[in-house]
Amino acid sequence: MAMAETKKSAGSATVAAGLREAFYAAVIAFFMFVLLVGVKTDQNIHNELVLVPRPYLLATVVLIAAAVRFLQVVYLTPFLVAQKTVDAGTGQLPTAFALRFFSKPNLVIGLVMAAGLLLFGNSLQAAVGPYWGAYVGLLRAAAIIYVIAWVIFYFRSFISAHSYSLGFTILLVYPVVMVSLFGFQGSLKWVDNFGIQILIYVMLAWGLNIVVGLAGLLDLGYVAFYAVGAYSYALLGTQFGWSFWILLPVAGIMAAMWGVILGFPVLRLRGDYLAIVTLAFGEIIRLVLINWREVTNGAAGISGIPKVSFFGVISFNVSDPNYISKVFGIAQSGAYYKIFLYYLILALCVLTGYVTIRLRRLPVGRAWEALREDEIACRSLGINTTTTKLTAFAIGAMFGGFAGSFFAARQGFVSPESFIFLESAIILAIVVLGGMGSLGGIAVAAAVMVGGTEILREMQFLKQIFGPDFTPELYRMLLFGAAMVIVMVWKPRGFVGSREPTAFLKERKAVAGSFTKEGHG
Amino acid sequence: MSTAPLLDVRNVETFYGNIQALNGVNVSVSEGEIVALIGANGAGKSTLMMTIFGTPRASSGTISFAGTNITQLPTHEIARLRIAQSPEGRRIFPRMTVLENLQMGASLDKLKYFDEDVEKVFTLFPRLKERLTQRGGTLSGGEQQMLSIGRALMARPKLLLLDEPSLGLAPLIVKQIFDAIRELNRTEGLTVFLVEQNAFAALKLAHRGYVLVNGRVTMSGSGKELLADPEVRAAYLEGGRH
Ligand SMILES: Nc1ncnc2c1ncn2[C@@H]1O[C@H](COP(=O)(O)OP(=O)(O)O)[C@@H](O)[C@H]1O
Ligand SMILES: [Mg+2]
Repeated sequence: MAMAETKKSAGSATVAAGLREAFYAAVIAFFMFVLLVGVKTDQNIHNELVLVPRPYLLATVVLIAAAVRFLQVVYLTPFLVAQKTVDAGTGQLPTAFALRFFSKPNLVIGLVMAAGLLLFGNSLQAAVGPYWGAYVGLLRAAAIIYVIAWVIFYFRSFISAHSYSLGFTILLVYPVVMVSLFGFQGSLKWVDNFGIQILIYVMLAWGLNIVVGLAGLLDLGYVAFYAVGAYSYALLGTQFGWSFWILLPVAGIMAAMWGVILGFPVLRLRGDYLAIVTLAFGEIIRLVLINWREVTNGAAGISGIPKVSFFGVISFNVSDPNYISKVFGIAQSGAYYKIFLYYLILALCVLTGYVTIRLRRLPVGRAWEALREDEIACRSLGINTTTTKLTAFAIGAMFGGFAGSFFAARQGFVSPESFIFLESAIILAIVVLGGMGSLGGIAVAAAVMVGGTEILREMQFLKQIFGPDFTPELYRMLLFGAAMVIVMVWKPRGFVGSREPTAFLKERKAVAGSFTKEGHG
Repeated sequence: MSTAPLLDVRNVETFYGNIQALNGVNVSVSEGEIVALIGANGAGKSTLMMTIFGTPRASSGTISFAGTNITQLPTHEIARLRIAQSPEGRRIFPRMTVLENLQMGASLDKLKYFDEDVEKVFTLFPRLKERLTQRGGTLSGGEQQMLSIGRALMARPKLLLLDEPSLGLAPLIVKQIFDAIRELNRTEGLTVFLVEQNAFAALKLAHRGYVLVNGRVTMSGSGKELLADPEVRAAYLEGGRH
């Protein structure tokens, strides 16, 4: 009797707290969104700027904020706390919830739904009309994602044990799978927009990782080296007709040289001062590209950049005598070139990753990491910090240059617009999100962030829900912001926050015990 | 001493901006010696250590090591002459493992003698062997100090500089570390220049000692003499028997 009383009063206390919190959330949401959502600028028939108030939309947003906060305080938090106690008792704390969510019956439901909607989704969409059809598309996507997540969850230990070889195998067969699923023409989008686009960012982020993640030098102007590489190939390729295979190393060397040129003046700088100077450097390069019209053709950019050939043996230009479809006697398609480019950038990524892993075990790479930790200690151990920093800038820049020349070859066109600060920021964000220094984490972050923005482009069905003015790809910065907040709240050191040691004694078994106790430093 | 000292600091003055931290310091350390420099907080002990390593630079005076004038050499080149230090605050690499820290210490020889030398460090500090794959930053203070000294030893130094190795450590650990230093000196003939506030332990360990007050050497003598000196006793030892 008494216990029921206390339970009841505790319950009403929680509800009171929930209402209070919901009120605060509503007030905060109101002030946050009153200008962002509450009014909209528009043009009237006289071409004047007018403010259109949107009180209902604002009210909806505020109410949603309040409701979510209320539910969180009253139901979610007590539920999680109670669950924690229960799970601590059963001894499966971290996975108990996931085990319930990814149960076998749920998988059957997910599989049936995914299969059903894959088979009959289109006819269902046609039957229910575009409005409900949008939800059918959403449901199909959710079912597929659930099934994939289920598989990942159940094989998580296998995946984490073999992550590198598994990831590499998937990347290797990816174009083949896409072509067999969607045909040559249909695979273009998946190979080019997703595959190549993601891999370019993986390569850039791995290159920047050498400077920021390993050597600890905060570089906000990395895109400058990307630009140097792109323009090196664009200019030399169009002017002299040199092949990509000669210009790739040239572009790398040019970028590395610029890396050293940037490195010298900033040798003594660290942290925020370094960041500001590198940011300025990135902008200077871009402004030079815009204003040095005689050479760079200014803002109009350079077009007609030659395609890459397969070492001169097979060409991807329809007019050439050794055009691929003539060589093999197959139908003409633009997809061959994209697939070739995909494997090219994959090879470049592998090169970058391999060099990074090797360097980390070599004295210079280890010196980078030591430099990041303590510059003074490094010097007193006999390490020349000047050359160590310059090699970090040069090698990081070199990979940026490689990626740049690839970018130019892929687009066939470069302009300064591709090398704005936002690009540097995105690359840096990928490095930070993935966990500085961790190649695997960075690759996952690149896939999620770049793939995510591409998926947004695919979500045209959202137009049905939010109206025809809704352009999903414009929300990519929202995606970046949300990912940043989530990762930084849950894993402040990035997706893979722990640093992998590079040294082991020969008798590894002897230390296995202490290895498991290791803390994340 | 018949031969020239290994380390010779002559009339060295060091400034931080306008503040004069060292005022004509003369100190010498001969091969095979343990020399202690004692002094109160802010006397300039760490400044002297760092000046020997070239950051900050001495504004006048000369520092020579094994016959070479090192006063104007870059820090990393001074280290290459085989001077190693365990600096104030230990300055180990916190995110790197114990083993990696030790490898960083062996950078000079590109790890040529690593396997051999690391065993010696483990004999000296068995605790480090147990913590091989632990990150430096997660070690206890005493373990960090051991790692800092171990890392310095990996460079195969002719001269080891130690800046307050006992700072903030429990008496038992201090004893362990000082025993290890004495052992190294006796078996390997390692030359050690030691800076300490813990004057009692330092002077007991050292062959010779200097007293630094406000950037000047005010007294010098054998460890025993200084320990017996009434002035030293009054200033650094009474009530300070750590
Ligand atoms: N980087 C610095 N900048 C300015 N003054 C410093 C700096 N380092 C030390 N000092 C000053 O130099 C004097 C000697 O310091 P220090 O050598 O650290 O003394 P000790 O190691 O004997 O405690 C102190 O007065 C201290 O304030
Ligand atoms: Mg000091």
